[in-house]
Amino acid sequence: MEAMTMSQTVDPGAAAAGKIVKMSSRGTKVFYGEKRALHGIDVDIYRNEVLALIGPSGCGKSTFLRTLNRMNDTIDICRVEGKLMLDDQDIYDPKLDVVQLRARVGMVFQKPNPFPKSIYENIIYGPKLHGLATRKDEFDAIVEASLQRAGLWNEVKDRLLEPGTGLSGGQQQRLCIARAIAVSPEVILMDEPCSALDPIATAHIEELIDELRENFTIVIVTHNMQQAARVSQRTAFFHLGDLVEVGETEDIFTNPRDERTQGYITGRYG
Amino acid sequence: MTDIVANPIAANTGFHRTEAAEKRLRRRYAAEQRFKIYGIIAITLAIGMLVLLLFTILRNGVTAFQQTAIQLEVTLDPAVIDPKGTGNPADWDRAAFQDLVHDALYKEFPDVSRGDRRELRRMISPVAGVFLGNQVLKDPSMLGQTVSVWLPASDPINQIVKGRIDRELPEANRPVSDQQLAWLDQLRERGDSKTIFNSTFFTASDSNYPELAGLWGSVVGSIFTLAVTLVLALPIGVAAAVYLEEFAPKNKFTDLIEVNINNLAAVPSIVFGLLGLAVFLNFFGMPRSAPLVGGMVIALMSLPTIIIASRAALKAVPPSIREAALGMGASKLQTVWHHVLPLAMPGILTGTIIAMAQALGETAPLLMIGMNAFVTAPPTGLLSSSSVLPVQIYIWADAPERGFVELTSAAIMILLIFLITMNGIAIYLRKKFERRW
Amino acid sequence: MPIQLTVAVLLILSAIGYWIGRQRAMSVSGGRVASLHSVPNYYGSFVAVWAGIPALLLVLFFLMLKGPVIEMLVLGAMSPDAVLSWAKASISPNDFQALSTAGIAGADALAETQRNLMMINIRNLATGQERFVNPAVVDALLPAAQHMQHLEATSRWSLFAICMAIAAGALFITHRKITPQFRARNNVERVVTWGLIVCSVIAILTTVGIVLSLLFESMRFFARVSPVEFLFGLQWSPQTAIRADQVGASGAFGAIPLFTGTLLIATVAMAVALPLGLLSAIYLSEYAPRRVRDTVKPVLEILAGIPTVVYGFFAILTVAPFVRDMGVALGLPVSSNSALAAGIVMGIMIVPFVSSLSDDVINAVPQSLRDGSYGLGATRSETIRQVILPAALPGIVGAFLLAVSRAIGETMIVVMAAGMAANLTFNPLDAVTTVTVQIAALLTGDQEFESAKTLSAFALGFVLFFATLALNVVALRVVQKYREKYD
Ligand SMILES: Nc1ncnc2c1ncn2[C@@H]1O[C@H](COP(=O)(O)OP(=O)(O)OP(=O)(O)O)[C@@H](O)[C@H]1O
Ligand SMILES: [Mg+2]
Repeated sequence: MEAMTMSQTVDPGAAAAGKIVKMSSRGTKVFYGEKRALHGIDVDIYRNEVLALIGPSGCGKSTFLRTLNRMNDTIDICRVEGKLMLDDQDIYDPKLDVVQLRARVGMVFQKPNPFPKSIYENIIYGPKLHGLATRKDEFDAIVEASLQRAGLWNEVKDRLLEPGTGLSGGQQQRLCIARAIAVSPEVILMDEPCSALDPIATAHIEELIDELRENFTIVIVTHNMQQAARVSQRTAFFHLGDLVEVGETEDIFTNPRDERTQGYITGRYG
Repeated sequence: MTDIVANPIAANTGFHRTEAAEKRLRRRYAAEQRFKIYGIIAITLAIGMLVLLLFTILRNGVTAFQQTAIQLEVTLDPAVIDPKGTGNPADWDRAAFQDLVHDALYKEFPDVSRGDRRELRRMISPVAGVFLGNQVLKDPSMLGQTVSVWLPASDPINQIVKGRIDRELPEANRPVSDQQLAWLDQLRERGDSKTIFNSTFFTASDSNYPELAGLWGSVVGSIFTLAVTLVLALPIGVAAAVYLEEFAPKNKFTDLIEVNINNLAAVPSIVFGLLGLAVFLNFFGMPRSAPLVGGMVIALMSLPTIIIASRAALKAVPPSIREAALGMGASKLQTVWHHVLPLAMPGILTGTIIAMAQALGETAPLLMIGMNAFVTAPPTGLLSSSSVLPVQIYIWADAPERGFVELTSAAIMILLIFLITMNGIAIYLRKKFERRW
Repeated sequence: MPIQLTVAVLLILSAIGYWIGRQRAMSVSGGRVASLHSVPNYYGSFVAVWAGIPALLLVLFFLMLKGPVIEMLVLGAMSPDAVLSWAKASISPNDFQALSTAGIAGADALAETQRNLMMINIRNLATGQERFVNPAVVDALLPAAQHMQHLEATSRWSLFAICMAIAAGALFITHRKITPQFRARNNVERVVTWGLIVCSVIAILTTVGIVLSLLFESMRFFARVSPVEFLFGLQWSPQTAIRADQVGASGAFGAIPLFTGTLLIATVAMAVALPLGLLSAIYLSEYAPRRVRDTVKPVLEILAGIPTVVYGFFAILTVAPFVRDMGVALGLPVSSNSALAAGIVMGIMIVPFVSSLSDDVINAVPQSLRDGSYGLGATRSETIRQVILPAALPGIVGAFLLAVSRAIGETMIVVMAAGMAANLTFNPLDAVTTVTVQIAALLTGDQEFESAKTLSAFALGFVLFFATLALNVVALRVVQKYREKYD
């Protein structure tokens, strides 16, 4: 494939609409040992939009998500090729600092993973590390703001010092979202954040994602078509390590260009 | 959402790219580096200690395989050795050999005055006569002749020759006088002194004299003891494991057994010694210092290890094999005996060898049942007095003579070689039979 | 009739039984083996098991009880005169005076210690080891010794006869039982299952044996020394009593200095082992490349496999002189067998134990927690210190407790490197002694029968056993709870 410059976008329509590219991927290939999990992904992620990644299980959605903040570094056998950019920074530049990158690109995981600490400490964990605040009242403000944002404040404001692991699954996931927001990232990556939740909690989080879009750029992996349709502006369909197509969510769901996409969203396979 | 609460987060947007954040990041990385270095230091210290230990043992121990010997022309006068004249070695005067050695030494240094002879005698081992006697016993034709024999030097001389005592020290600070050093140098010049391979170390048993002390008795003792341990602990341990893993119903009683086994594994070894002393020796009146009792005590100690390892091995055999055998109409016992046990055997053996290696190094409980007795001959049976390798090490480590430092270290080398071999076999077995189901 | 021969004959009979059983099964089947309920081997085993095992159990039972029973019979049959003339030559004049004026009916009049001493004399005479016996008492004890010989011989012969009868009876009965319908396999398997159960119960018997023997001997100790003095006394010097008649008044048995000494050395050991072990485990599981981990781990395991007697020697040969020299260089008075030296070496011994336990515990912390922390932009060390270690804390506490239990139960290192002086001090540069050192010292070498000194070792063992047991139970609980949390 011909090398592309960053000004070129894969989606001319969007560029025309005056959207700003927050992150971009060109020819991203990911290997687990000898096995190639992604075969060259080209996609742009625009500022203040929600991009949904959909596709059958094992097609590489999580893998792609994890390359965006280099969480793949924690897997020994994993190797990444291609060009990934955050604003004008190369994510895989050896000089780039992963700690800073992950502070800017936060992540929420499929299974809620609160630390075995109090709710309060869970939230201030990130801000404390990064020195976002120093005084107690600043921390208090961050805790309240993040929990408000995550829609959890009213449920937990009287028990901030109780362990985060004592919350319900849905609450835990919102706590994890609050924890990610508290660091003031620019991008939030979410890997099937609702897969362990009941419909009410899911609705809660979907609402939340929509609100968060105002300040953040969000990439969300989901297996739920309705969810993708509800929360995202754009959708990318992955299949067997390839990005089959990406575009406005509405277009993808009403008028898919590729028959594999068509098959998947109409439930013929997956 | 109100503006007030949205504030702190929005306010921080872009913070991560600021100068302040960069600076903080550098501090965090420095802390990271320090923490990593603590880990490296910890590992280096631990491994360094291991290396230091092995090095100390090696440096102190290698010299024990050599013994300084002095060549003397001994006249084996039958009238002195065999005063009764019966020709029967049982009637020989064993003490006379030492006198003959001394006479030969005086002849070697004819100008030494009577007054200095005491000092001269201290050049040769006080048990050189025993060595001479043994040689004559082996070859009685030597009797009545003048033969040239190599006999062990005394311990201080031995240590000087091997450089384990510094001959440059002031005379008062070393056990060898200047005069003795001069004699030694004369002997060496004449070629009448050299270091020879210390075969005694491998063939003799304990002795008060380092020249005469060897490891054989305690090695045999260890073999006897371990044999008893193995014969008791392996079948009992495997049987217990088979019962608990394959047959036992899940109830209070089997829970009790389980808890028991886990706790027994952590009981201090000396408590097992107390058990042996109170029950085997005092109650049942078994003999002290016997490999049988030692083996029994250590078998009780090893049981938990063997049971736990065997259960793990049995657990690793996939249920499908049991189902297949049971499905063919085999009884439960037949299934276990014909199919499960053979498959679990490598694992069980590995665990057993490791348990035996531990047992070989066990000291404290054996002290309690008197296996620190001073035994100068290898045991002849399971009930005869005996020492074992680690106890021998303990006894020698306590002995005041300089020569025992090197003997102790050499004994440790032998013990470690045994242990490494056993563990090596265990690792080999594990590798060889490692199976992915 | 030596017992070995009885056993050998029984084994042979059992083997014959196997053959007979097989043959019988073949013949009753009339050549159609398939008509038998079980394969012929099981009929053989059936006969062999019943011919061998009951009689062999009897032999075992006999071996266990023979000694005490014969002694009782011999003592019971001794005439007062024989007892008195032995006592005249063997016990202190005062005791003898008291004994003879009281007028005695037999050996029961002697104190337990004296009776044991006399028994040893009789046994030596009976086994032909006259040279160990005071010639003055030989004549008086000769009848008893002969009585003993006689009883020994009779008992062995009767054992042989009874065993043969049992085995033969079993052979006869089992042989007759064999028919094609007979369920030999079920019978044999039932016996084997019972054998398996008995083997599992040995673990419980061992614990019971430990508890009972420690309890029993400790009770005898506490009959002489009050438990309050033992547990709270500040003075430990058991070495005073020389003669048996001094027993009650002997020595000081306040064990506090031993407890503090044990704790002091254990503290030093843990101060070495915990940081080294924990940091090594952290480095190996979180930082080290696979290759490093695969080489360093086995090396640390070597450290765990070295016998403690070797560590003890290392302590006296290298570490203690080094510590003393360091002290001299710093102008500090360091004892040549300081608690510090012993503790350091013990700590090194425990390092691999702590590190492998911590390694397990750290690896049990789920990856999702690490991911969560890294995902927020934490560095490795921040993740370890603020997420992994707090999460693993219960497990690490459990490992710590197990290691402490190891340290206080460890014997050889302290026997060789720590002193015998029961100093009540918390200065690690001084020499202290420990519970295990004292147990070993009191029970090795020449022991006085039944003295408070000897028995005190069991009281110490009792304390040691329950202290370590408590630590282990708590630790295993904590670790198990921890495991369940993350399973
Ligand atoms: N740690 C790993 N080691 C080796 N292979 C991996 C690893 N993680 C993922 N893979 C492989 O990479 C491919 C893509 O996996 P990925 O987890 O990205 O799929 P996914 O689209 O997220 O699937 P799902 O919807 O089930 O979460 C799969 O074939 C998977 O087997
Ligand atoms: Mg996934």
